[in-house]
Amino acid sequence: MKKIIGSALAALVLATGAASAQQGEIKVGEINSYSALPAFTEPYRKGMELALKEINDAGGIKGKKLVIISKDDGGKPGDALTAANELVSRDGVVLLAGGFLSNVGLALADFAKQKKVLYIAAEPLTDAIVWSKGNDYTFRLRTSNYMQAAMLAEEAAKLPAKRWATIAPNYEFGQSFVAAFKELLTKRRPDVEFVAEQWPPLGKIDAGPVLQAIDAAKPDAILNATFAGDLVKLVREGNTRGVFKDRAVVSYLTGEPEYLDPLKEETPAGWIVTGYPWYSIKTAAHQAFLDAYQQLHKDYPRLGSIVGYSTVKSIAAVLTATDDHSTDGLAKAMKGLKVDTPFGSIVYRAADHQSTLGAYIGTTGIRDGKGIMVDPVFREGAAYLPSEADAAKLRPAN
Amino acid sequence: MEFILVQTLSGLASAASLFLVASGLSIIFGVTRIVNFAHGAFYMLGAYMAFTLTDRWTGAFGFWGAIIAASLVVAVLGALMEMVLLRRIYQAPELFQLLATFGVTLMVQDIVVLIWGPEDLMGPRAPGFTGAVTVFGRMVPSYDFLLIALGPVVLGLLWLLFHYTRWGVLVRAATQDRDMVAALGVNQKWLFTSVFALGVFLAALGGALQIPRTTVSHSMDLAIIVEVFVVVVIGGLGSVLGAFVAAIIVSELNAFGILIFPKISLILVFLVMAVVLVIRPWGLFGKPESAPRPAAGLSIRPWRPFTPAERIAVAVGVFGAAVLPFFLGNYALTVGAEILVFVLFAASLHFLMTVGGLASFGHAAYFGLGAYGAAFLVKFTGAPMEAALLVGPLMGLAGAVVFGWFCVRLSGVYFAMLTLAFAQIAWSIAFQWVDVTGGDNGMLGIWPSTWASSPRGFFWLALGIAVVGVGILRVLVFSPFGYGLRASRDSALRSEAIGIDRRSMQWVAFIVAGTFAGISGATFAFLKGSVFPDFLGIPTSVDGLVMVLLGGIETVSGAVVGAVVYKALAIWLMSQTDLSKLVLGAIIVLLVVAFPKGIVGFLEDLRYRLRPPRANGAGPKTAGYGIAKVEAAE
Repeated sequence: MKKIIGSALAALVLATGAASAQQGEIKVGEINSYSALPAFTEPYRKGMELALKEINDAGGIKGKKLVIISKDDGGKPGDALTAANELVSRDGVVLLAGGFLSNVGLALADFAKQKKVLYIAAEPLTDAIVWSKGNDYTFRLRTSNYMQAAMLAEEAAKLPAKRWATIAPNYEFGQSFVAAFKELLTKRRPDVEFVAEQWPPLGKIDAGPVLQAIDAAKPDAILNATFAGDLVKLVREGNTRGVFKDRAVVSYLTGEPEYLDPLKEETPAGWIVTGYPWYSIKTAAHQAFLDAYQQLHKDYPRLGSIVGYSTVKSIAAVLTATDDHSTDGLAKAMKGLKVDTPFGSIVYRAADHQSTLGAYIGTTGIRDGKGIMVDPVFREGAAYLPSEADAAKLRPAN
Repeated sequence: MEFILVQTLSGLASAASLFLVASGLSIIFGVTRIVNFAHGAFYMLGAYMAFTLTDRWTGAFGFWGAIIAASLVVAVLGALMEMVLLRRIYQAPELFQLLATFGVTLMVQDIVVLIWGPEDLMGPRAPGFTGAVTVFGRMVPSYDFLLIALGPVVLGLLWLLFHYTRWGVLVRAATQDRDMVAALGVNQKWLFTSVFALGVFLAALGGALQIPRTTVSHSMDLAIIVEVFVVVVIGGLGSVLGAFVAAIIVSELNAFGILIFPKISLILVFLVMAVVLVIRPWGLFGKPESAPRPAAGLSIRPWRPFTPAERIAVAVGVFGAAVLPFFLGNYALTVGAEILVFVLFAASLHFLMTVGGLASFGHAAYFGLGAYGAAFLVKFTGAPMEAALLVGPLMGLAGAVVFGWFCVRLSGVYFAMLTLAFAQIAWSIAFQWVDVTGGDNGMLGIWPSTWASSPRGFFWLALGIAVVGVGILRVLVFSPFGYGLRASRDSALRSEAIGIDRRSMQWVAFIVAGTFAGISGATFAFLKGSVFPDFLGIPTSVDGLVMVLLGGIETVSGAVVGAVVYKALAIWLMSQTDLSKLVLGAIIVLLVVAFPKGIVGFLEDLRYRLRPPRANGAGPKTAGYGIAKVEAAE
């Protein structure tokens, strides 16, 4: 059941152990947490399938067929390294892509640096992957923690709220997001203070006591960075206990269909969120993607679909941009590479390897018993990044 | 004041579901002595089943009917598992049932995704309990009051069941002394099955009652299983009242602990367990375990060192491994090196478990400490790989010295759980101390020296370390120290009577095992080029246990085979399929049924059946002199 997204011929070639890439095809490796986080990775895989089909139907990469070999990392960085090693040294892929969890992304980035292979990080949100632990061979697609924190802080600064409380999962993702948000909000609004914080373990929030503790500090506004099952518990308890009543809530990632849809009719109204309102994006680029996706999969896209689709589009773009498919050739071509995504055109910045993919920001509401983002606005990623000169200073000297 | 009251109520509500699941586990353990790892899986199945049924049946009657029906369906599944799987292996060595239930857990995780899809599912709220009650101006969900009431009700019903029915009396008798109950002619088969069904029913009920509060997802089982174990142990194994009190203590401490330390939830239950076990080694309401009755009439096959012929075979095997780099590609060599690392890790745990008779559930702590030790040296002092490999494991040693001192005061499952508690405490330090350890992002850039940086070079390095390490452990088994250790394992009383200090022997064994785990951990850090908190995590400890059990617990070096088989299988399946857990779980279950003594144990049996040894004139039929363990030579 090897997941070769490509022809049966390609599978046959691999199965018979042919070491060198067949003439007329280009193999790339892809790793993600398929078994550990299926809620995100299933739509992600569907997005990749769509992009791959489009690329190969249109003649592949300069006449060569693009083949993606996918591997599961089980949500563990150690296993991701094993998979990366298999892809590079056995399957002979020209580059690596993928990743969801930040620690997996950082492990793969370090592997890329050590083994000198290009790695396009799809989803990992941590800022370290392009900044404090950035390296020559790692590029990141997804709108980062810092960028989304900046977008949310901009909206948060417009609120009258002065007393803030934070709830975030107790690991690096939550910690670094809250730190970035605090810094950016305080810069815009020196008068705010953070009066309470709660750090429930990921997947194990004890929502009642956590919300009581937040409520007791009497904040004007709450910043939330929990997601998935934790978010549902938090919302149910908070709605019942009236903790969100008369309080502004800024909530990270909550507008993504992956996390918003399970809330159904209990979606709280008026939370400021980042996310993916696929039902109300009217751009031509997105409409074309949406139609093609729904035709192929008979399902609506999630944010994972956008990430998977754009990852493969980035891969195709870099392989088309240069004929030198050595790692150095590809890394050079990645710098300043322009890619068309359903969210519009993005650029992988030369200075810090971060793409300028933007994000939608809006407020939550309910339509037909389902949670939606109301009045979503697209924020260009470039506007929320430090300048390239400043960003370059954040990276280690190599 | 009002706030404290409301917070107490929230804590009590959280305690209720914890208690339901924990009581089931406690009852099962009390009677069958099975450490049911699949208990979390049944909890999850209860929630999924309740989701489906509440979706179909509407209205108040439909909802509550669905909750009960879902729990009953899952209880039937549990009984089936007991009859089909566990009944076959009650005679297998202790903890082997843990391996079987672990396999089932792996399978269920993939099966629920196949049946119910990957997305989180949100069930309906409980009819009649959707709102909140205002208590001192604060709103408390009415469903919380239902849960708070349910805990004592279930406790009371269980008490009535155990004290006023014949079945309950038998269960209590079996909890106290199941051999005696069997000797008195009670049909154990059905007693065990019914107890198992009741325990699973309670787990499923606990899961089903969660659906008005949270989403149902495929990771629910792992989120609760460890916590439930901890609650059972704090309360005292087999004690339902203990589970009730422990659930309340843990939940209340959490509710108030987060007010002072918002990050404490991650570690709180383990801290409580460590403190309780250090002060009360049998939990709050538990009783000291009576010494296990030696099984009379078992065949004894004393361990013995390799014969010259076997030595040659081993040497040929090692030589064969050493020339592999000339035939295998880079990827296979890296996988080979990873397997070799785990060979040493499993061998160190095996030493502790079989020679020392101490089953550790937290052996990954020393593996991880060794890895972090090496990483610290590289990162903070710029030491080269060679120095880091030598000095790094000392951190594993230091950890084993400290933790081991407390742990060897306990025995059996309590020992296992205290090792787990310490491992979790070490894990949470690695996870939380972001400035030093990098938190869950880990420490990167721990790459080997140039000579070992090629897959070939590193394979040889790992092979050398594994061969030397396993060799030393084997020598220890047959040293006077090893004999003393085995003596205190087999009969604490007799060995103490002849002047062997059990505790210090076991402490030293613990330190030896921890050090070798540390060495394998340090090697692993350089293999991966990085260190992550999950090196110290529960899954790593469980992997080690699985390797040992798979190899055969009553053998001298079965863990080597277990590690090779399990790790190679896990890596290969991971690469080949998204359903690796389903396949791996199924293979484990099959192996458990086919080889209840482990792979090497099975081979030993086979060999002795074909060619009974003549030495000492002692054939395998010789009756035992009160020796509890069957030892197999190899």
